[in-house]
Amino acid sequence: MSGGGALAIAGAVRSGERSARDVVEEHLRVIEAAEGDIHAFNLVLADEARAAADEVDRRVAAGEDPGPLAGVPVALKDNLCTRGIPTTCSSRILEGWRPPYDATVVERLRAAGAVAIGKTNLDEFAMGSSTENSAFGPTRNPRDPSRVPGGSSGGSAAAVAAGFAPLALGSDTGGSIRQPAALCGVVGVKPTYGGVSRYGLIAFASSLDQIGPFAATVAEAAVLLEVIGGHDARDSTSIPQPAPAVSAVLDEGVDGLRVGVVRELMDGIDGDVAAHVSRAADALSAAGAKVEEVSVPACVYGLTAYYLIAPAECSSNLARYDGVRYGMRVDADDITAMYGATRAAGFGPEVKRRIMLGTYALSAGYYDAYYGQAQRVRTLLIRDFENAYGDFDALISPTAPTTAFAFGAKTANPMAMYMSDVCTIPSNLAGHPAMSVPFGTGDDGLPVGVQVMADALAEPTMFRVAAALEEAAA
Amino acid sequence: MPDSLSADDVRHVARLARLDVTDEEVELFAGQLAAVLDHASDIEALDTHEVPPTAHPLPLVNVLREDEVTPGVERDEVLAMAPAAEEGRFRVPRILGEAP
Repeated sequence: MSGGGALAIAGAVRSGERSARDVVEEHLRVIEAAEGDIHAFNLVLADEARAAADEVDRRVAAGEDPGPLAGVPVALKDNLCTRGIPTTCSSRILEGWRPPYDATVVERLRAAGAVAIGKTNLDEFAMGSSTENSAFGPTRNPRDPSRVPGGSSGGSAAAVAAGFAPLALGSDTGGSIRQPAALCGVVGVKPTYGGVSRYGLIAFASSLDQIGPFAATVAEAAVLLEVIGGHDARDSTSIPQPAPAVSAVLDEGVDGLRVGVVRELMDGIDGDVAAHVSRAADALSAAGAKVEEVSVPACVYGLTAYYLIAPAECSSNLARYDGVRYGMRVDADDITAMYGATRAAGFGPEVKRRIMLGTYALSAGYYDAYYGQAQRVRTLLIRDFENAYGDFDALISPTAPTTAFAFGAKTANPMAMYMSDVCTIPSNLAGHPAMSVPFGTGDDGLPVGVQVMADALAEPTMFRVAAALEEAAA
Repeated sequence: MPDSLSADDVRHVARLARLDVTDEEVELFAGQLAAVLDHASDIEALDTHEVPPTAHPLPLVNVLREDEVTPGVERDEVLAMAPAAEEGRFRVPRILGEAP
């Protein structure tokens, strides 16, 4: 009856040794027992999951190929569109809305035999680093319920950490997969920009957003990435080539790989977290990698550039929530008054703050000084990464500056909260892949994540380094 | 770059964003936006006049497809999710105001 991870489940279901329905029932029981304490989900899809599992079992019985993730429960961040099923972005403004279509990743999961088991909580519209910005209340960290799970994909990270689902999907605009993965002690991957279709992902900052996997292990995350990745004609920013094969390279080791420890991302980091990264570097060295410190100077400007670019894009993307086409409306005498009242009632404080910041940064007289300059800094950062990848195959750093923090610790000071993303933001600005791998626990008993970064489309190298770190941490 | 934003600055930006704000929010945002923008001073000083801006990390341009009719989402299904619809269209409040 034991879960045994996504790959064991898929193997057992594919061989007929275990029914997908049995797998779903087991996970629903785990959810039933602990969800009240964790609040990973906005919605548990119990009936839908049972029906999907029965369909997988029918395919197995009929001798059809049920797919590589047959019967594996997957938790979906609630900013991924699911046809006919509420998709809220943890915002009041989408109250009552049921999308008329599925996100591409949702279609691909279904085709692979995976079973969507619930929609997970997030910071409203994926803006935040703790899930405290959810309109439906925060998610608690399964490793210590007095701590945040990170964010914005905190519900997805918590769902995997709590055993509610072996796999989950999140979205990562400035670290929203990797930072909660680190804080909850699971693996989280942000693929190369354009590597996974964004069709059906509700947009936050379109030049930065990417969908990616959560899993307990690197090997499970690799299979999930292969299932969701690859070209999709419905996303004009989708890279026109197949997803890179990552499962096949996991046992290749790191012998001879050149790995850089990014000096700028070790500054201002909690000492205990930094010590773990140093031990990770030593472990890679012991496994045969050539490990050295490297400077990526423009990383120090990443946070500033991000907090101009992301709000600017968000202010534009969220203009569509105007009470006309979907979600809630606050009635008023004329349309301008309706817009203002609807948006005031529908958005929470952090979303309003970022819309205001982005609108200001794009407004007449300030555009070039703020948004334009941030875009030029983005170019500088990409150039510095190009230099680094001339000498190194992969880079490592902490994923987050600290382990999981207490509720309320950073809510009064937006800049303090934004600092949680200082190590993860550079990869989003560059469009590069990056992932967080659990690497032991800190003095406080909480998980520490090490971030592995690589050049665009170098996911195979990144996964080799991640697999080596996972083995060393075991 | 400004050290602080005036209440009028904040109200102006809120109007641009079609976002009604309370007096409390005006005061809160004035301080918080200034604090975030204060961090922008570190990139303000960088000499970037020969650096082109990056709007997007991918070198993809002019993504084209065949001009073929393919199924889209169902109109009625979309309208059913709108706050108000009538005769196959979204219904909105009055657009043209009284003369000022």
